[in-house]
Amino acid sequence: MHEVEIAVAILVATMRAATPLVLAGFGELITERSGVLNLGVEGMMLMGASIGFIGTVATGSPVIGLLLAMLAGAALALVFGVLTLSLMANQVATGLALTIFGVGFSALIGVSWIGIPLQGIATGIWPNLSTQPPIIQQLMLLDPVVWLAVLVPFIVHRFIYRTRAGLVLRAVGESHDVAHALGYSVIRIRYLAVLFGGAMSGLAGAYLSLAYTPMWSENMVAGRGWIALALVVFSTWKPAYLALGSLLFGFVTIAQFQAAGLGLALSPHLLAMLPYLATIVVLVLISRDATRLKLNAPAALGRPFHASA
Amino acid sequence: MAYRLEARARPAQAMVWLSPVLAAVLSVIGITILFAVLGRNPVQALQVLFIAPLETLDGLAELGLKATPLLLCAIGIAIGCRAEVWNIGAEGQFTVGAIAGGGVALAFGGNDYWWMQPAMLLAGVLGGMAWAAIPALLKTRFNAHEILTTLMLTYVAIQLLGYVVHGPWKDPQGYSFPQTKQFAADAMLPMLIEDTRLHVGALFALASVPLGALLLGRSMMGFRIRTVGAAPAAARYAGFSRNGVVWVCLPISGGMAGLAGICEVAGPDGQLTPVISPGYGFAAIIVAFLGRLNPFGILFASLLMALLYLGGEGLQLTMQLPIAVTGTIQGMLLFFLLAADVFINYRVRKLPPRAAAASGAATHA
Repeated sequence: MHEVEIAVAILVATMRAATPLVLAGFGELITERSGVLNLGVEGMMLMGASIGFIGTVATGSPVIGLLLAMLAGAALALVFGVLTLSLMANQVATGLALTIFGVGFSALIGVSWIGIPLQGIATGIWPNLSTQPPIIQQLMLLDPVVWLAVLVPFIVHRFIYRTRAGLVLRAVGESHDVAHALGYSVIRIRYLAVLFGGAMSGLAGAYLSLAYTPMWSENMVAGRGWIALALVVFSTWKPAYLALGSLLFGFVTIAQFQAAGLGLALSPHLLAMLPYLATIVVLVLISRDATRLKLNAPAALGRPFHASA
Repeated sequence: MAYRLEARARPAQAMVWLSPVLAAVLSVIGITILFAVLGRNPVQALQVLFIAPLETLDGLAELGLKATPLLLCAIGIAIGCRAEVWNIGAEGQFTVGAIAGGGVALAFGGNDYWWMQPAMLLAGVLGGMAWAAIPALLKTRFNAHEILTTLMLTYVAIQLLGYVVHGPWKDPQGYSFPQTKQFAADAMLPMLIEDTRLHVGALFALASVPLGALLLGRSMMGFRIRTVGAAPAAARYAGFSRNGVVWVCLPISGGMAGLAGICEVAGPDGQLTPVISPGYGFAAIIVAFLGRLNPFGILFASLLMALLYLGGEGLQLTMQLPIAVTGTIQGMLLFFLLAADVFINYRVRKLPPRAAAASGAATHA
């Protein structure tokens, strides 16, 4: 019985830790499949986290908070789109700008909301959570956003490989000149992909500030946006691997708390290095095979498109 | 009436330098709107931000103090960017430089060794270099992209700093504050101007401007760096090793950030604390782009960015605005710069009404 409880607790914690990575990662997967590299995930997640928190506290409704967060992420992605797609600015530099701006602006608008307590989404849905048996309590922590994150990989997989729109998206990402010659509006499709990525990042950020640790603090995304970016490379742009990678990282993230629980006398600062070191290791393992990476990456990734005719 | 962007036959050189000016002007307009939205007096805010810091000797010294790490980090970043080697982990190399140099200061300070300060500075440079050598190795040996590895290592470095100041190097008499002991007097950098905090690190930063320009513009290595960045195929044909260039750019960049780190803690602060930088390593990326990846341009850009930091502190003190205003303005500045840069390679053409209709029909087809 005790073992079952621990196993359920670990599974639930892993799924919760993986949720923001899945949401942001699949948003970025779609963006990159259209041939656009948006390095601003961290900034968009932070905007989502702050706007989502403020919206929820102000209106009392987490649904409105989540929707506002998606809008905020998409708004920042729109800035990225205008700069890189319409004005053909460098995608790497613009993505970095997005993150720098997102870190600053989210802190600016969130400054008077620091320290305000908020009920997590799960406790909002089940007010009598603390009176339930431990296993039920654990399972109830899986709120609707987590279940959405469970569905997203299947939906995206189906969209990319089984629908016409997904085929067009991939065509634009592999060769924008050919897609353009066939009559597809490369820029419009890329705008849509970038906006989707932004909305998903905003949602991922809001999950952190509304459910994972229900509060707002400066820079609370703590590099998860960058880890999501690394996971997309790790997945070689394949939905199944991205889902697996996110779960693996969710597990690494909670491993630091488990280690403390098991009485491992390690400094919390050293344990907090784990997810970042694991990202590097995973990146090294996957990047070693340069050919495989090259064959799987969208061929037009990061290249600007300017229709000359 | 319709407009469209048309590629220029060759980049407009005038725009290369007009674009940062245009971006600065647009940012001032953006700041004015931002403060109006926040319900503050924009004129007063602009005065606090851009004029007040320059009115006193103390303010000018603080400007130099803040420009020092920005300049050192940005020139290193710019050398890499010229070769399309993206070091965005200067913040981490800065931190490890501060830890390494600070470690030497804590271990040997107070004995009046003649080599005290050179050893600290050297340790800072080597610390930063070593931290940047990890992504260089991962890039050249395992093909792992330096954007992600340098950034991940920044998070690791910040945790490492947290570990040493909370753990082994914590000052036992520090009233349980997470900080190290104060460095001994012989382990502090001398001040340049009496009664200010401007230290000799500013001279290293100034020296890095002509040195960086010489390396990039007048040396064979600089030619290789620029060729690998601008024309990878030509570089390969000429036999310039891309891996060799990575191994030059990242350690130089890391060493300069490490120097900035040890100068920052051995200059004004004199101890290690959990937070030693208000994001200098990230702001330096903006500085590098604003200065057009050119060391002399970066000198001016670093002063402007230092002014933003200083003005941001002023806004916090006099108008009770959060310090995050600085980051917001920095990001805005970079956005405008990237937008204005479009006109280096493109020009706006007004389409005659008939062509506009035809082009509109074509894009909607």
